Amino acid sequence: MRRYVIKRLAQAVGVLWAAYTVSFLVLEFLPGDPVSAMAGAGMDSGEVDPARLAALRHEYGFDKPVLVQYVEYLGRAVRGDFGDAISTGRPVTSTLADALPQTLQLTGAALLLAVVLGGGLAVVATYTSQRWLRQLLLSLPPLGVSVPTFWVGLLLVETFSFRLHWFPAFGNDGLRGLVLPAVTLAVPTGAQVAQVLAKSLLTALDQAYVETARAKGAGRWRVHLRHALRNASLPALTVVGLLVGQLIAGSVVVETVFSRDGLGRVTAAAVTAQDIPLVQGVVVFGALIFVATNLVVDLVYPLLDPRIVVASGRKASLA
Amino acid sequence: MTALPDSRLSRWAPLAALLTTSVLLTACGSGGEDSGGTSGPAKSGGTLTFAVGSDAGCVDPQQVGSNESIYSVRQIVDSLTDQDPGTGKIVPWLAKSWDIDSRATTFTFHLRSGVTFSDGSELTAQVVKDNFDAVPRLGALGTLAQGYLSGVESTTVVDPLTVKVTFKQPNAQFLQATSTHSLGIESAASVQRSPQQKCSDGVVGSGPFVLKQYVQNQSITLARRTGYDWGSSRWSKKGEAYLDKLVFKVVPEAGVRAGSLQSGQVDAISSVGRANEAALQGGQVTLLRRANPGVVFGLGVNNSRPLLKDVKVRRAILAAVDRKQIADTVFPTGTRPATSVLAHTTPDYTDLSSDLAFNAAKAKSLLDAAGWKASSDGVRTKGGKKLSLTISWFPNAATNQPALELVQQQLKAVGIDVVLKQGQVSQFATTLQGGDFDLVWSNVTRSDPDILRSSFSTQLANFYRLPASSLDTDLSGQAATTNADKRSELVGEAQKLIVQNAYNVPVVELQTQLAVTKKVHDLDFDSGSRIQLHDTWIG
Repeated sequence: MRRYVIKRLAQAVGVLWAAYTVSFLVLEFLPGDPVSAMAGAGMDSGEVDPARLAALRHEYGFDKPVLVQYVEYLGRAVRGDFGDAISTGRPVTSTLADALPQTLQLTGAALLLAVVLGGGLAVVATYTSQRWLRQLLLSLPPLGVSVPTFWVGLLLVETFSFRLHWFPAFGNDGLRGLVLPAVTLAVPTGAQVAQVLAKSLLTALDQAYVETARAKGAGRWRVHLRHALRNASLPALTVVGLLVGQLIAGSVVVETVFSRDGLGRVTAAAVTAQDIPLVQGVVVFGALIFVATNLVVDLVYPLLDPRIVVASGRKASLA
Repeated sequence: MTALPDSRLSRWAPLAALLTTSVLLTACGSGGEDSGGTSGPAKSGGTLTFAVGSDAGCVDPQQVGSNESIYSVRQIVDSLTDQDPGTGKIVPWLAKSWDIDSRATTFTFHLRSGVTFSDGSELTAQVVKDNFDAVPRLGALGTLAQGYLSGVESTTVVDPLTVKVTFKQPNAQFLQATSTHSLGIESAASVQRSPQQKCSDGVVGSGPFVLKQYVQNQSITLARRTGYDWGSSRWSKKGEAYLDKLVFKVVPEAGVRAGSLQSGQVDAISSVGRANEAALQGGQVTLLRRANPGVVFGLGVNNSRPLLKDVKVRRAILAAVDRKQIADTVFPTGTRPATSVLAHTTPDYTDLSSDLAFNAAKAKSLLDAAGWKASSDGVRTKGGKKLSLTISWFPNAATNQPALELVQQQLKAVGIDVVLKQGQVSQFATTLQGGDFDLVWSNVTRSDPDILRSSFSTQLANFYRLPASSLDTDLSGQAATTNADKRSELVGEAQKLIVQNAYNVPVVELQTQLAVTKKVHDLDFDSGSRIQLHDTWIG
């Protein structure tokens, strides 16, 4: 078990380092220049003084060789220092720390909704013996995955804010402001939960142990929930790791449509302004959340199914 | 993100056209200046909630350049002078009067007494000096203010209420620059803070409103300054502002802004595009519009390119562009086709509409005369070479691409092949500096005709690679005169030279369009087509 944990931790660190390096390279070789971006902001200024640009480049260290920049920044990043955002001059880490609670609130609520609604849909769809109802319910998840998030968001705002006046159309204020964005973000995520869970539930219901359970006289609900669902939830748990990544990515759109503050808005702004330190911070931070979630999933696995550690240990000793 | 409103508009296009026409009529009916109807005398109190599309991440008026941030931070500071949006005349504000030497190098301002900043400190000549001395240290965001003060030799305190600014070279634009938010005066304590601190924590000004709270990407809240008594001489209300509170909410999605206004969640919104006009019709909403002063949206010509060195080719492009069609199809209702290189709201603007009339036949004969022969595939050739040009553009406005696609069609019709080359917004400055472009789509907002010198003088950056000519004399001449008539004459001459030589291809005037509910009154544009909310009231 210890070996399994160490291996997973090493992988997590590797992913973080790769995320940092790839984003560094992409930003380095992207056309454009963050310093002239700032100097020419809004394009209201007629002149840009080359001497000033050079001074700014020096200030931010962009005039050093690429490799030196990489090593210096990586060294600082390891210590949790991503420098100051070019566009605001504020430390990247505090910018991210300020935005994080809002996004956690949003993604947390969305994930909860997605699991409850998506899971519920899968359970009901696979339980029903009405063929037409099952077909209808099972056709919902593909629909939910394929509609664009911003369209769902605008539709909900139009209906529940502009027409019915039930919820505010924008802002971070309180629970009422959270409802529409969380529902919007939960639609594609919940649809995926439903898809995966329904499929593995159907597979599980065909297994021999289900027959055995039925033969022993267990009721339909009992077989469905106690036996089939328990086994079917393992693949769904794997997907949760991926869903967290998807939720963070989705927050860029949802936070923009609903004018909420958070990591998504910070990301969008950072990319538009080519704010290199901030983009780097966002990428590494996003990777950190993703890696941490998957690490937790990986560590929970063996508790549900001990065969996983055995299999992984065997592979490791062979290598 | 505007995909939905756009597609919705196209489906309902005929209906939308009908409705926008009626909106235009209502807007005209209300008189334009006053956004209100008949609702009695002005009254104090209330909160104005204003939804803007973006947040520049900074609440220091000296540093921001984005219109949507200027709307709020302008209210925090007063300027030495103000500019009348109707006449372009510079009028007193913090400065009671001023003297300018005949060469326009020395500007002496006589300050009002009794002005205080919201931290209790007093306005003195020393504070003004401290402000101007600190401008060069503002950093990347402060390029506007730095530009206005470039070439400054010294700022000196003559007596406690008199301050003198001396430039190395004649600099007539400086007087107008003192009326802008960029040179708004901040308190002595504010000036001493670092540019970053001023950006994130805000500044202390002497303006009619005080910054209460700034939440990045979310909102900017301002409260009325009690005891305020030194407003601009052109404001109608004396003393304190009418409104208790101003709340600027950042709402990036244009459709959500429009819906929030319609459903009463906000009182005013900015950046209303053509696609949103239909959604805003019929309700208790007024659209306010004003052309931005300065250099109009158009094609900056790289005059050193072999094909574009030929004045006939440049003039052919000028004649081949149907400006009215572009303004009417792509831009918000009321947008004017360019009638000079300057927008008609710029002081000393000269009407050159006859030089800018659409005339495809003239364009064709100019190209024939230049030796470019029509060929079977529609693209003209000369000596085996095709008449093909690129237009570089940057996605800083949603209207850019459709406008340029129309330009492309119009030029194609006279035999000029155009390739549209999209770049990153951040590449704009480097593209101009590097000079690797044929034509570039851009505009500059500035309420002083000196903007022509920044853009077209060969003695400055000369991004458009103009040859030295008598245009330089006119441009440096207007910067060195304090005589209004003489300056106007030189500026008029410069506009003629630019348009008649087709050094630039003016296309449309950028229009600022806001929408406010009918209960908002006297929300007026200032000379830069931004807003001043001291006189605004709700009722």
